[in-house]
Amino acid sequence: MSDAKIEVRNVTKVFGKSPQQGVKMLNEGLSKKQILEKTGMTVGVNKASFEVRSGEIFVIMGLSGSGKSTLVRMFNRLIDPTDGQVLIDGQDIVKMKPNELREVRRSKISMVFQRFALFPHRTVLSNTEYGLEIKGSDRKQQREKALEALKLVGLEGYENSYPSELSGGMQQRVGLARALANDPDVLLMDEAFSALDPLIRKDMQNELLELQEKMEKTIIFITHDLDEALRIGDRIALMKDGSIVQVGTPEEILMNPANDYVERFVEDVDLSKVLTAAHVMKRPEKILADRGLRVALQIMKDAGISSLYIVDKKQKLVGAITAQDAADALKKNQKIEDIMIRDLQTVTPDTLISEMFEQVATASLPVAVIDEEERLKGIIVRGAILAALAGDDIQLNGNEVK
Amino acid sequence: MTLPKIPLGDWVDTFVDFLQVQLEPLFDLIRDGIGGFVEFIVWILSSVPAAILIILFTALMLWVSKWTNAVFTAVGLLLIYNLGYWDGTIDTLALVLTSVVISIIIGVPIGIWISQNDTARNIITPILDFMQTMPAFVYLIPAILFFGIGMVPGIIASVIFAMPPTIRLTNLGIRQVPEDLIEAANAFGSTTKQKLFKVQLPLATPTIMAGVNQSVMLSLSMVVIASLVGAPGLGADVYRAVTQIKVGIGFEAGLAIVILAIVLDRISQNIGMKKQK
Repeated sequence: MSDAKIEVRNVTKVFGKSPQQGVKMLNEGLSKKQILEKTGMTVGVNKASFEVRSGEIFVIMGLSGSGKSTLVRMFNRLIDPTDGQVLIDGQDIVKMKPNELREVRRSKISMVFQRFALFPHRTVLSNTEYGLEIKGSDRKQQREKALEALKLVGLEGYENSYPSELSGGMQQRVGLARALANDPDVLLMDEAFSALDPLIRKDMQNELLELQEKMEKTIIFITHDLDEALRIGDRIALMKDGSIVQVGTPEEILMNPANDYVERFVEDVDLSKVLTAAHVMKRPEKILADRGLRVALQIMKDAGISSLYIVDKKQKLVGAITAQDAADALKKNQKIEDIMIRDLQTVTPDTLISEMFEQVATASLPVAVIDEEERLKGIIVRGAILAALAGDDIQLNGNEVK
Repeated sequence: MTLPKIPLGDWVDTFVDFLQVQLEPLFDLIRDGIGGFVEFIVWILSSVPAAILIILFTALMLWVSKWTNAVFTAVGLLLIYNLGYWDGTIDTLALVLTSVVISIIIGVPIGIWISQNDTARNIITPILDFMQTMPAFVYLIPAILFFGIGMVPGIIASVIFAMPPTIRLTNLGIRQVPEDLIEAANAFGSTTKQKLFKVQLPLATPTIMAGVNQSVMLSLSMVVIASLVGAPGLGADVYRAVTQIKVGIGFEAGLAIVILAIVLDRISQNIGMKKQK
């Protein structure tokens, strides 16, 4: 659906006396550690290459010192790359002259900071207006756009407060509003939620996802928190020692770690909070409602199962029958409608496994997975969930289901 | 064998002579400018009746500071008036105000400059050290040569002695602005000027005001020294008392300086905080 909004090609940052020499040494195949020992120079980012698609939340995740904050600062050149290219809409940021760069910063890229970085001498409204004010846009329009942005992040009524009067979560909303007021295409969020306490952080993550549904910005989100990365990332790039170790969807990273490092990183992840019904559901055996009981029994016998779902002509789920009921009913000359179980446990394809444990545990029949038009998409059996949580990727439907 | 003495003093003499001749028009201009400014301030302050001036100062203190300070201002200034040092106080006030205004006009831009430019800072800082540690009396000599005697050389010497804190603290205040705020300002595409006026200077204001406060106090400490070159005011009264060994007069004039110092200190200290809320 989407093309590359940002292309990062071989971006390298070496801190030290002669960075170019550092790049040369990297090209000769020396490691970060060897370069540090030989020259005292630190490799911040080592030949990072990836693409960020338009409209996705791209998470760059790594532990502290992995170079993620350096990397994100090269997107708007708060830090100049030593080598490589950063193309935004095909334009190389690295080669831009100061006035061109300023233009991009003013209109295309905004940034949200870990420690909020709000201007303490300005009110909430005036902080939000900052980017517009810098651009020199019309005063009245500035105010309108800033108020709109504040409304978007739920800070109506706080326009005239000072940042120091607000809680951490609210301060970061101001930070977000300030970044959104410019209406940029790209939003850089550098550990934006890391300074918040866990409950507030979760709220902010949810709100960001909600906002993103409306805005469809391209968001680059830096974090050291794997749960956060899995929660909000459409795709994740994992960094270690300045290099990108793996880029992929949360599922790919969890189920197919590229190497030992990633594997160790993800081994403690609660898979039930990542995998959804769509990942573990099986193809359902089903029968149209107007077929006879004999046919139903035959299908169950062939498939070796003890229950069967009943759908109408539009594949809409209407009920289920068990083999036992069907056999009894046949003797009594009843029809499917007479013995059909209509009160079924259902989930949607994007329900997280963690949210359906109880349903699956208590249901006497496999839980049905239905889409928004109530069409039967699959069924969930307990074994498949266990296998998936055990990390058995053969059991997964992967992305094809999506 | 003895090494010949380096004729440093002679060189300085020659240099000063050279300046005196070559830059005379410039010095005349400066003398007339500063002299005019001081006279203007003295004229304003002395054309207002003492009672009104005292009320104005008390009101200003009440606005920027606590009521106790306001009471002190009223009582202190009345005491000065009662002792008969009102005219001297006005001269001294004019000298201090002029020195501080010049210190701000020159000092703040230099402070901004060295906050942006490390090379400039490395050159200016030792000069500031020099300006502050050289005994202040020494500045009087060339000041007399360039500007004659009277108020102006006293002001020049005061400025040289009192300006460094304003420069230093302007630089410090700007450099102390948190790095993430600078990053934020840059990330939104601010020009250097926008960053300076919208972020750095507003945040540095309390620190700059602390520097100005220091400049006020230092130039007050120069009033007696300035009287050596003929600057009128409380300093001259103290100086006269010393030469004539009159303890009583010396104490009265000294007390007037102390009262003025406390009033100016409290006002200049609190204006900065008031602005920051």
